[in-house]
Amino acid sequence: MKKRIYSVLVENRSGVLCKVAGLFSRRCFNIDSLAVGETDDSSVSCMTIVSSGDERTIEQIEKQLNKKLDVIKVKTFSESQCITRELMLVKIKYNKNNRREIMEICEVMGADIVDMSIRYMMIQICDTPEKIKLMINMLQSISIVEVARTGTLALSKCMENDD
Amino acid sequence: MNGADAIIKCLEAEGVEVVFGYPGVAICPFYNSILESKIRTVLIRTEQNAAHAASGLARITGRPGVCAVTSGPGATNVITGIATAFADSIPMIVITGQVNSTLLGSDVFQEADITGAVESFVKYSYLVRNVNDIPRIFKEAFYIANTGRKGPVLIDIPIDVQNAQISRFKYPEEVSMRTYKPTVKGHAVQIKKVIKELEKAKRPIICAGGGVLLSEAEGELRTFSEKYHIPVVSTMMGIGVMPTRHPMYFGMVGNNGKPYANRAMNESDLLIMVGARVADRAVSQPGLITQGKVLVHIDVDPAEIGKNAGPTIPLVGDAKHIFEDFAKEEMEVDYEDWVHTLEGYREELRPRRSPNPAYVDPAAFISLLSEKMEEDAVYVADVGQNQIWSCGYCVVKKGKFLTSGGMGTMGYSIPAAMGAKVAAPDRQVIAVCGDGSFQMSMMELATHRQHGIPAKIIVLKNNYLGMVREHQHYTYKDHYSVVDLSGSPDLEKLAAAYDFDFLRLETMEGADKVIDAFLADEKSVLLECLIDPMDLVK
Repeated sequence: MKKRIYSVLVENRSGVLCKVAGLFSRRCFNIDSLAVGETDDSSVSCMTIVSSGDERTIEQIEKQLNKKLDVIKVKTFSESQCITRELMLVKIKYNKNNRREIMEICEVMGADIVDMSIRYMMIQICDTPEKIKLMINMLQSISIVEVARTGTLALSKCMENDD
Repeated sequence: MNGADAIIKCLEAEGVEVVFGYPGVAICPFYNSILESKIRTVLIRTEQNAAHAASGLARITGRPGVCAVTSGPGATNVITGIATAFADSIPMIVITGQVNSTLLGSDVFQEADITGAVESFVKYSYLVRNVNDIPRIFKEAFYIANTGRKGPVLIDIPIDVQNAQISRFKYPEEVSMRTYKPTVKGHAVQIKKVIKELEKAKRPIICAGGGVLLSEAEGELRTFSEKYHIPVVSTMMGIGVMPTRHPMYFGMVGNNGKPYANRAMNESDLLIMVGARVADRAVSQPGLITQGKVLVHIDVDPAEIGKNAGPTIPLVGDAKHIFEDFAKEEMEVDYEDWVHTLEGYREELRPRRSPNPAYVDPAAFISLLSEKMEEDAVYVADVGQNQIWSCGYCVVKKGKFLTSGGMGTMGYSIPAAMGAKVAAPDRQVIAVCGDGSFQMSMMELATHRQHGIPAKIIVLKNNYLGMVREHQHYTYKDHYSVVDLSGSPDLEKLAAAYDFDFLRLETMEGADKVIDAFLADEKSVLLECLIDPMDLVK
């Protein structure tokens, strides 16, 4: 099983997300993560899909995506060929005994505390999917109340002939 | 002009001459406007058959067939027909009425999310929200349906959009879609590679699928095969690419195909698959067709190449363009030994049946019937044992062989033959079905009668769902379950009820005369052939 990232430019219309997601379920392709947002052109959305499979599946995903008439362009890359980022908000319960430790973790991980009450705080971290996973592991020993993640975003690395 | 008038204008601009369908309130504006047009309407008796009839018509004309049904159950009933067309890449436009757009999503009477429901069976679908989009959407829909890998396109139109006034009607001349640009021309480098491989090969073979017929490349493929003596086999959907008796044709491949066709494909050292999906019925072990041979896979749909078998040379493009390009190359090749070997196999591995003389032998019957049919006749086979016998014994001359290959939809033959007859009233069109598949579409006898479309229907009757019975015979050791068809109607009385002529054949004795009478009949005619209930296709 290989991991593969698909950056899919689609028509920004209702129903398109459903068609793309439906394609994955209908053909038994995995979706490890999916992030969607408008691009600089409001008529175009970009879907970043992380999937995995054997060689043939990975090729089929790209071909089947290209067959969808709402898909404008499919770019695909391995993790080493692109920059990936994910944003996570995590709400945790704290007390005066572990507050210091949490702040240290945040400092080491490059995370910010974005909201706080007497017993709860919310941490924001924006990093690679591996770091996000690590952050979750670190905080699990404390007490996670809620987690929200954007899913992976990815763009291919900057090259000289990048147009 | 309202939206419904605009739809009719679009259909006229596309040269549509007939619409198969079934009305309901949500599609009534459309059926009201069509009265002002020369477009013929055919009231089918169930919506699924509207799609099958459109499919039959499309396969004769090469242009999308059109059907129009109402919302809710009308739309959901047509789904099987759409899926059947999708599986065989048949171009089709399906128009569905929809509830008022302000009520969409509120589960009102006869509302069904049809664009959602058909997503995996259509090439594309539209839900029209603005009446002014109608011309563009229809232009795109016809273009999408009949280019690249062909297929059905569904247009769902709420009743208020059909009734809304359109500000200005102008049918677009061009389609501009940034997301859809099918590749039709084969890559020159890949074409050269194929020619090089052919020059190296000792035992090449072409396996032709339905894509060859869809791109109307039969002539080009045949000429290429004849010029260099390259043997040809076909999939079920590729029957008719080569005339059955053509010296270079070695039959249908697959688990229901000819043993000599499969052997030819297996022993080849260069296999050119063209317009075929490498699906399980034709190639049960895709691994085998890449072992010890060069596989060239030609398809207009890049996703088909490498889906089931990884080819040595992938070649994306339309079969017609590609064979035109092949024809421009000159090769020094000699495959005579290989052709002789295959001729030997054809003789040696000829299937030998031992028919029961108390019944009509379907193999001998189909062979005799098709020999007697006109040169350009259209033979429509249904699904079941009748389909396999038809594939095995129908002699195609210059005509067409139509069947539901990918989906295997029972009941296809009668409405598809009707569509073919409407498309080509002067051609002989024959539907051959079993007593199971006949009963899935027998309500269409009324459509034939009402619209004066002469039908020639043959029912191979064995009082069983024969194909399933055969499967239960082999797999479940004759433990038959739910395959007995007793209770079927008296076909003679049924024929009389619908004003059809009726003929019956009980044994092969007299088959000649009965077939002659059947073919000569100018009215609608039903021929019942009693076949051995225990007969097997294998």
